[in-house]
Amino acid sequence: MMRAAAVTSARPAARLSPVRRVKNLLMGALILLATLLVVAPLILIFVYLLREGLGALNLDFFTRTPAPEGEAGGGLLNAIAGSLEMLAMASVIGVLVGVAGGIFLAEYPRHPLMPTVRMLSDVLAGIPAIVMGLVAYSLIVLRFGFSGLAGALALGFLMIPIVVRTTEEVLKLVPLSVREAGLSLGLPQWVVILNIVLPAAAGGIVTGVMLALARVAGEAAPLLFTAFGNSSVNLDPTRPMSALPLEIYRGATSAYDENQRLAKAGALLLITLIFLTSLLARRASRVKR
Amino acid sequence: MSEPAHRPTTRAALSSGSDRVFQVLILALASVIVLVFVLSVYQLGREAWPALHTFGWHFFTGRTWNPVEGKFGAASMIAGTLVTSLAALVISVPLAVASALFVAEYAPKWLANPVGYLIELLAAVPSVVYGLWALFVIAPVLGRWQTAYFLDPANVPTLTRCNQLWAEGQTSLQCFFVPSGAGGRGLALAVIILTVMILPYTASVARDVIRLVPADQREAMYALGATKWEVISRAILPYARAGILGGVILALGRALGETLAVAMVIGDSQEILKSLWGNASTVASVIANQFGDAQETLHRSSVVALGLSLFALSVIVNFAARLIIARLTPKGLQ
Repeated sequence: MMRAAAVTSARPAARLSPVRRVKNLLMGALILLATLLVVAPLILIFVYLLREGLGALNLDFFTRTPAPEGEAGGGLLNAIAGSLEMLAMASVIGVLVGVAGGIFLAEYPRHPLMPTVRMLSDVLAGIPAIVMGLVAYSLIVLRFGFSGLAGALALGFLMIPIVVRTTEEVLKLVPLSVREAGLSLGLPQWVVILNIVLPAAAGGIVTGVMLALARVAGEAAPLLFTAFGNSSVNLDPTRPMSALPLEIYRGATSAYDENQRLAKAGALLLITLIFLTSLLARRASRVKR
Repeated sequence: MSEPAHRPTTRAALSSGSDRVFQVLILALASVIVLVFVLSVYQLGREAWPALHTFGWHFFTGRTWNPVEGKFGAASMIAGTLVTSLAALVISVPLAVASALFVAEYAPKWLANPVGYLIELLAAVPSVVYGLWALFVIAPVLGRWQTAYFLDPANVPTLTRCNQLWAEGQTSLQCFFVPSGAGGRGLALAVIILTVMILPYTASVARDVIRLVPADQREAMYALGATKWEVISRAILPYARAGILGGVILALGRALGETLAVAMVIGDSQEILKSLWGNASTVASVIANQFGDAQETLHRSSVVALGLSLFALSVIVNFAARLIIARLTPKGLQ
C-alpha cells in the first residue's frame, strides 16, 4: 500500500525537466548535423568529379595515351593498362600469401609461429603505403631499375594483411562440426581444409580480396618510386609502367589544363570502379550470411 | 591378426605425411609475412644507415633540412606530422563518434544502412582523389578568404606586426592564426583534408563497438527514466570507450602515414612552422616530394631514414592501440 502510494506521488516528479528535454533534443540535433558533415565530402567529391570529369570520359580517354605537354586531346590508356596489369600481378602475391596466412592463423592455432605471424600481419596492416614503396624500391629498383613488377610487389605487400585478416575471420565462421565431420570420415586435414572448409568460406574470401583490391587500386604513393609512370602503353613488367592514381597525381599537380582535365576524368573512373568493387564485395558478403 | 591393426596405421601415416607436406607449404607461404617485415626493416635500415650514422640523434632534433648544404634534421617535418595528425584527430573524433551514434542509435534501419555504407565508402576514396579535390575545390575557397583578409584595411597593423615577427623567424599566438599567403595551400588545408580522410576509420570502428553494447545496458537505463542522450552518454559511451579509443588510434596511424593528399596541399616547406596557414611539410610528404629528386647519397639516405621513422612510428602506434584496448575493455567483455 505504502509503496504504491509512493509511486503515484513520484510520478509527477518523473516527468522530464525542461533542461533534460532540451539537452536531449539538442544533442540529437548535433548528432544529426555531425553525420551530415561527415557524409557531405563524399557527395561533394563525387558531384564535383561528375561535373568536371564526365565530359572527358570519351572514347579517346580509353583508347589513346596522353598528348604531349600543353597539347589538347589524348587519353589514359597507358594508365588503365598499367593499373590492370599491376593489380593482376599484385593479386597473385596478395591472394597466395594472404589466403595461406589466413589458413595458417585459423587452422593451426597451436603452432608456435602463430602469434608471430598474427602480430606481424597486424603490424604490416598499419605500415604507410609510401614506406612499402621505399621497401620495394630498395629491394628491386636499386638493382633492376624502375619496373611494373616493383610496383606490383609494393601493392601485393599492401594487400597481404587485408586478405589475411578477412580469410582468418571467415574461416573461423565455418563451424567446427563441419571439420569434425570430414576428419571422422578419415580424410586428412589438408583435404578437409581445401575441399570442405575453403569452399564454405569462399564467398567471404572473395569479398576480402575485392576489398584489398579496391584499397590498393587507388594507391599512388607506393608506385612513385617503383612503377614510376610511363607516357606510352607498356605491358612489359620489367619496364616502367603507368597507373591511374599516378596519372591523377601528376595531372592534378600539373600546370596544364589538359592534364588536369584528364586527371579529373581519371579520378572519376577510378572512384567509380572502387565504389562498384566495394558495393559488389558488400553484396557478396551479405548473400553469404 | 596383425593385419587389421596394421592397415589403419599405414593410412594414418599416409594422411599424416600428406598433412605434413600441406602444413609445411602453408607455413612457407605464411612465413612470407614474416619475411616482408624482416626485409622491410633490413632494407630501410641499410639505406638509412649513412644518414643516421652521420647525424645521430641530431637527425631527429635538428631544424635545418638543407639538401644544398647537405645538412639534414627532421625536426620541422616531425612537428608537421604530429601537428597535422593530432589536429585532424581532435576535429574528427567528435564528428566520427556522433555519426556512429546516428547510425547505431538514432537512424531507422532503412536510413542507417545507406549512411553507414556512405561512411565506409569515404574510407575507399583514394588519397590522390582527396588531394585533387582539396587542391581544386577547397584551396580556392580558402584563398578567397585569405585575399579578403589581406585587402581589409582593419587588418593592416596586425599583418605588419606579424610580418616583422615572421621575418625574424618567430611567431606569436595571434600571428599563428594570421594567414601568411593567399594560395589556400598550407598546413590548415592539410589538416582539413586529413580530418575528412580519417573520419571513416574512427566512425566505422565506433559504430561496430556501439552496436556491441548489450541491449540490457540501454534498457536498464531507460527503465530508470533516462532520456536518449542520457542513455548514450552514461550507459553506451562508457561501455564502448575502449573500442572507440582503438578506432581513434587506428585513425591516428592512418593520419601519420597519409602521404599524397597531404603532399599535394601542404606546400612542401621545411622551415619552422610560423602560421597555421603557411606552407609546411610532414615526414610522409617529404618522402613523396623529395625522394625522386634525391640524387646525392646523403639526401637519399636521409629520406629513407624518414621512411624508417615512419615505419617505427606505425609499429609503436599499433602496439599502443592493443595495449590501450586490453587495458580499457570492461571486465566480462573478452
